[in-house]
Amino acid sequence: MTSAGTYDAIVVGAGHNGLVNAAYLAKSGLRTLLLERRHLVGGATITEELLPGFHFTTFSYAISLLRPDIVHDLDLVKHGLMVMPLINTFQPGLDGEYLLLGADDHANYHEMARHSVEDAEAARELDHIVKRVCRAVRPWFDRMPPNSLSSDPADLAAMAELRSYVDGLDADVRAMLEKFASSSAAEILDEYFENELVKALYASSGIIGSMCGPRSRESGLVWLFHKMGDYDGVPGSWGFHKGGNGGFTQVLARAVEAFGGTIRTNAGVHRLLYDDGRASGVELEDGTTVRADLVVSALDPRQTFTRLMEPDDLPKDLVRHIHDFKFQGTAAKVNFALDRAPNFPGLEGREDIFRGFTNLGPSIDYLEEAFADCRAGRFSRRPFLDCCVQSTIDPDMSPAGKHVMSCFAMYAPYHLAESDWETERENLGDTVQETIEEFFPGFSELVLHREVVTPADIERLVGLSEGNIFAGELFESQLFFNRPAPGWNQYRTPIEGYYQCGSGTHPGGCVTGAPGKLAAQRILGDRAAVESSA
Amino acid sequence: MPLTTPFHPRLEPLNQTGIWKHWSGYLVAPQYQYSQTAEYYAIRNAVALLDTSPLFKYRFRGPGAGTLLERALARDVGACAPGRAQYTCWCDERGFVLQDGVVMQVEPGEYLLTAAEPALRHFRRVAREAGIADVSIDDVSRQFGILALQGPHAHDVIRQLTEAATPLRYFGVTPAEIAGCPVTISRTGFTGDLGYEVWVRADDALTLWDALMEAGRGHNITPIGTTALKMARVEAGLLLMGVDFHMSRFAWVDAQRETPLELGWSWMFRKLDQDGRDFVGRAAIESELEQGTSRWTTVGLAVDWHEYERVHAEAGIVAPLHEVYGESTMSIYRRGGKEWDYAGYASSFLTSSLLKKPIAIAKLPPDLAEPGSEVDLEVTVIRRPHNVLARVERPPFFDPPRKTAAMEGSVAR
Repeated sequence: MTSAGTYDAIVVGAGHNGLVNAAYLAKSGLRTLLLERRHLVGGATITEELLPGFHFTTFSYAISLLRPDIVHDLDLVKHGLMVMPLINTFQPGLDGEYLLLGADDHANYHEMARHSVEDAEAARELDHIVKRVCRAVRPWFDRMPPNSLSSDPADLAAMAELRSYVDGLDADVRAMLEKFASSSAAEILDEYFENELVKALYASSGIIGSMCGPRSRESGLVWLFHKMGDYDGVPGSWGFHKGGNGGFTQVLARAVEAFGGTIRTNAGVHRLLYDDGRASGVELEDGTTVRADLVVSALDPRQTFTRLMEPDDLPKDLVRHIHDFKFQGTAAKVNFALDRAPNFPGLEGREDIFRGFTNLGPSIDYLEEAFADCRAGRFSRRPFLDCCVQSTIDPDMSPAGKHVMSCFAMYAPYHLAESDWETERENLGDTVQETIEEFFPGFSELVLHREVVTPADIERLVGLSEGNIFAGELFESQLFFNRPAPGWNQYRTPIEGYYQCGSGTHPGGCVTGAPGKLAAQRILGDRAAVESSA
Repeated sequence: MPLTTPFHPRLEPLNQTGIWKHWSGYLVAPQYQYSQTAEYYAIRNAVALLDTSPLFKYRFRGPGAGTLLERALARDVGACAPGRAQYTCWCDERGFVLQDGVVMQVEPGEYLLTAAEPALRHFRRVAREAGIADVSIDDVSRQFGILALQGPHAHDVIRQLTEAATPLRYFGVTPAEIAGCPVTISRTGFTGDLGYEVWVRADDALTLWDALMEAGRGHNITPIGTTALKMARVEAGLLLMGVDFHMSRFAWVDAQRETPLELGWSWMFRKLDQDGRDFVGRAAIESELEQGTSRWTTVGLAVDWHEYERVHAEAGIVAPLHEVYGESTMSIYRRGGKEWDYAGYASSFLTSSLLKKPIAIAKLPPDLAEPGSEVDLEVTVIRRPHNVLARVERPPFFDPPRKTAAMEGSVAR
């Protein structure tokens, strides 16, 4: 069965980038079909009611890097976009100490000064230079990177522009940028801070979702990446979408449909159809085909190049790069339904401490030990946890008086040396729960329900290879010129009419929407060029 | 020393910031927590509780109460049946606005009215000059406290305490009892959202506060200060006296006065030809309507986000989008040939977190006031004036269906 000529464009995978891409294509007037394998859109950006009244952000759980121009281009406010600020950051120690940071700079100074007066001042210095670095990087985050292998005049010009842009940066900004690219988070933090709790607070951004510890060289760039976003223009701040991140992808779905796009769920794509190096449509898992000259894959690079199509039909160097592209997921999610909000000794009854990220990982050594387990091929016996009791922000996430708590857990390596994730799933859940219990005595008594999502689950459920939450590591060797491969970092593929728009393309993961948007710009630009030459 | 409202003993320990300001001589909190945005989102996402007791409150009773208000108020109070409330204004003889407020007919022939500034002497004088003797006008400002319960969960909270609020339509009013205290509940508010305002005798104020806070606990009820309210009211397109317009009585010149038509309240006079009321200012308003002599139209302005970003990016800084709420005048210019061609001004400005763009309430000459009209709004970027594109929008900027929707008797969840 074939439906020919119905669609101009097919987007494969309704994760947030597939949705963004489809919305832009539909807005441009293309008859656009978005195909999703699962029963719901959103990919790893979903909210599920797993227990009546309790809504879980199964995978991703906060928003910051979403590109603001997408909000305006796609009229997302009209479709219900509503991102609330995560106002507090809570960093408890194991000795009864804690850092509770909020919305006021001076209050934060005094809170930090309880631990170290100099660190409190250094934090403001560090925050400011990080903001300036992020602002400097931002223009290149928001545009297609040049192709470093190309001799095309446009690419050569872009390379020259990039060089002169970097040369033109303020010297301190440029030095700091280079430091992020070449140093570990711990090295940078040692220059600024003396207090372990303060260092740990900052270091966590350097390891999120990545196979690196705070003393690994890669952690500098991972840290910077997580600061690239903003909340209402406040750099580095994060927000929570009404209804969770799934609320956000529902907004995107409404935008796609408002622009005339069609979304089909339960429609997994088996393979790309192509002849003579030209895309001609897709074959679905049920054997039916849908024809279109334009097919965009929002899946990760491994799926885009080696599952949806025959690697033998691709240039060998590209296949080699995709083969070497590191996924190696390291993160799990444990989501809890709670009878009450947890109590921290000394701050009993303070639900407001959970209105933001709660970082369980009180020292660099703690985080490094957690990473050592990962390197040994096992999940951390004392994991780093990034928790948020989201119902303290959005009362519609849970029944009145009850709570949901999202816990991002590291490290949980995709490849376990001596076991498998079916065996270890609940062991990980127990370990996470025991770790929370250490910081919040009595926590386990509050647990009404628990859901453990391992890297294997992430791969199985949403198709992210090896459960990597960014669709590929955010390491220098896999960013910008190299995402997902040198020469193929501009959303095209070797197959004409076949494009890539997932988080495995520039700039990367973290719910930026930028790959979806930039790929759409590339596609529409290519089509305009063909039309003008025709 | 400033006065304190009857809720103050509860509010004082809640104010984490220690910041207080004065509202009509009373101590009020502009915010309770460090994050104004978090308080703002209590209104749009959960439920907010706000003390509006500093408002002046007047009670009109007696056979002549309706007659007096028909004479004194510019909007026809005859349409305000028992159990209904009205947003209204009153003018001077020249048709300039004195004040705005909400009038409620709480019992047949008994009205309550709020005002931002004193008005007892004014209403008594209107009664005297019109020869309306069978009305008693009382200042009940200190006898009552008022709490505004606003947000999508407002009904979920109040329905736990009384069944009386559930059937209320938008701008409906009912007597009720909460925690054993007699109260008056109206489905009104200054946020443009679902919400209620509750009048309570000053002696019962703390009981009401405690009951609402307890009922709201599972709904993330959040005490909010006046700044969050002001942010919400800009999105709702609601004008603030002393900011978007001024009381005619204490103006020096007409350039400081506005008429109801200039404030966008012509909807108050839609049925003017069918109502023969001889209200204060009628002749002037009729003449303004007939001859089209309005100097201004009050409009909503939406700033073009891309331009706002660009002018700041070009200066090398991040565009201020977080908690910018302004009440100072910003100039507006015509776009086109002439540079800095003055057209009007914005009186309220907000970088709306919900709408993800700056919005403003502005006065423009009628020829620029059609929705979609483009003007330049002057903003300051590193101490220098820059123009950014803004488009006229018909307020409210945000108008959720829940604001006016019928409430079901059952629990939402």
